[in-house]
Amino acid sequence: MKILVCITKAPDTTTKVQFTDNNTRFVEDGVQWILNPYDEWYALVRALELKESGAATEVHLISVGGADAEPIMRKALALGGDQAIRINAEHTDSFNTAAQIGEYAKANSYDLVLAGKESIDYNNGSVPAMIAEHLDAQFVPNATKLDVEGGSLNLEREIDGGKETLTVSIPAVISCQKGMAEARIPNMRGIMAARTKPLNVVEPAAAENLTETTSYELPPAKSGVKLIDAENVQELVDLLHNEAKVI
Amino acid sequence: MILVFAEQQNGAFKKASFEAVSYGAQLAAKQGTECAAVVLGNANDLSELAKYGADKIYHSNNEALNNFNSKSYTKAISEAANNTGTTTIVFSDNVTARGIAPRLSVRLKAGMVSGAIALPANDGSIKKSVFSGKAFAHVNIKTDKKIISLTPNSVGITENAKAGAVENLEVAIDDASITNQTAQTASGDTVPLGEAELVVSGGRGLKGPENWGILEELGASIGATLACSRPVADSHWRPHHEHVGQTGGTIRPNLYIAVGISGAIQHLAGVNSSKTIVVINTDPEAPFFKAADYGIVGDAFEVLPKLTAALNSFKATQAN
Ligand SMILES: Cc1cc2nc3c(=O)[nH]c(=O)nc-3n(C[C@H](O)[C@H](O)[C@H](O)COP(=O)(O)OP(=O)(O)OC[C@H]3O[C@@H](n4cnc5c(N)ncnc54)[C@H](O)[C@@H]3O)c2cc1C
Ligand SMILES: Nc1ncnc2c1ncn2[C@@H]1O[C@H](COP(=O)(O)O)[C@@H](O)[C@H]1O
Repeated sequence: MKILVCITKAPDTTTKVQFTDNNTRFVEDGVQWILNPYDEWYALVRALELKESGAATEVHLISVGGADAEPIMRKALALGGDQAIRINAEHTDSFNTAAQIGEYAKANSYDLVLAGKESIDYNNGSVPAMIAEHLDAQFVPNATKLDVEGGSLNLEREIDGGKETLTVSIPAVISCQKGMAEARIPNMRGIMAARTKPLNVVEPAAAENLTETTSYELPPAKSGVKLIDAENVQELVDLLHNEAKVI
Repeated sequence: MILVFAEQQNGAFKKASFEAVSYGAQLAAKQGTECAAVVLGNANDLSELAKYGADKIYHSNNEALNNFNSKSYTKAISEAANNTGTTTIVFSDNVTARGIAPRLSVRLKAGMVSGAIALPANDGSIKKSVFSGKAFAHVNIKTDKKIISLTPNSVGITENAKAGAVENLEVAIDDASITNQTAQTASGDTVPLGEAELVVSGGRGLKGPENWGILEELGASIGATLACSRPVADSHWRPHHEHVGQTGGTIRPNLYIAVGISGAIQHLAGVNSSKTIVVINTDPEAPFFKAADYGIVGDAFEVLPKLTAALNSFKATQAN
């Protein structure tokens, strides 16, 4: 089984989010880029475990991004993975990004494509299902468990208020979240090996953007907390009813 | 035509489906067109959708659609959209939508906004949450056909009774790539976390799973759904689906009561769009107080029973 893992860079979770140029551009200065946590902790690590257990033969990594995506790609290679592909285009629209990955995956016939449940910057959760449509493959969102049995995948996925178990035949695209695997830290051997693993840069296919972000906005600042004495919980009840009007 | 996917679970519509229909009806009114709902699989009472503004209801009761299937659902909705001259398809942004809406975007070449929180502005742009609740983006869809996936509990439910004429939707479903499908949902009548208007949440400050009774009682007093911080789920004190934050669920209830949670930035990422936040913590320096509307500095084990009692008597007076 040949696996393709979709990885993207994302600003570190503690980043202070700011915008410039009349609120049209995210300020990237000083931002520390990390591997999107869902891609790293769940999709990538589970793919590596499947390779270690013999269920998968090859694990390839793919990212649509500029040269500044390479550090996180090297990190992913250090965790494991046989080779990486960078499609040399800025990620500006889910449709376009998915078309790039879909095109590449189709030409290189993968049995399984794994992605994160969402990117922590754009929070769309769209790219994985879009890739599945390009491949005419089955898709399962928000999987929490994945095991391989012959040509089938035994999965568990999150649903509203619970979970669902299901078996899906390959080829398939799966988006991954917590539960799927445990986070790993790259070791020295992995880091050394990653330096010589292939990281191929591919020029993008022609694809359009269907959306455009015109501006950003920060939420209004909280006006400050109103403290209530622990002995006077009735005051909180009154405030929630009369002022906040939530109960 | 505006077409709204109205999801059912075991035959019952979710609250979020009514919200999506309300949104679709408002969008239709703005554009001078009609709003239709599409329902896949068994549904107990289709007429409920008319109450929130569905002029028409396309229903396929093909048994193969009782369970979620990304390919089959996409096929059914795209046929419904094509047959009705639909310009915009509306979803409620949950795990089901994430399995179909993006596929439809590719199939119909319809630009998509996921996680919308408002109706399109006058310039057509749609506001959505980005950076895990730390900011908003205004996104323009450049294609004539559009898909909008609405964050639950963002615009609310509006009653607006319409005819809701039911039409049968014929779709041939032949996908056999999913088998052994069984869903388990927590029993009880609390609203699923993603749609809940009231949420009470516990962190490591509650010390252990054996202490969750006081939080459950607080929740029961106002009919709130339970949530927790990540270490609580990681330690298996609570089930994973209750975990909120950067790596868990993102919610925007009207009221979020955080008990014994420090308020780390990754936790806030999942809850900071809540309309009102109450924090109960022994440590006056806990970062959560900075993001809160109301706070009580105190010991959860002393404050919660009192607060529960006060809420219970408030509810009793309301009922009279
Ligand atoms: C990449 C990344 C992603 C993460 N994702 C998430 C996420 O999705 N969700 C999440 O929650 N965390 C997440 N975390 C972890 C996060 O950083 C915090 O460690 C976590 O939220 C802390 O949980 P807590 O507040 O329950 O525990 P603690 O930080 O231990 O806080 C416990 C709080 O309880 C208070 N307390 C103690 N006793 C009492 C009492 N008797 N009564 C009242 N209060 C009391 C203490 O004063 C303290 O403020 C993530 C971390 C990273 C690095
Ligand atoms: N630029 C990209 N390159 C590779 N994979 C991506 C890219 N953007 C998104 N993905 C994958 O799609 C998932 C969901 O992203 P999104 O739809 O942006 O929320 C991510 O977790 C990644 O696995």
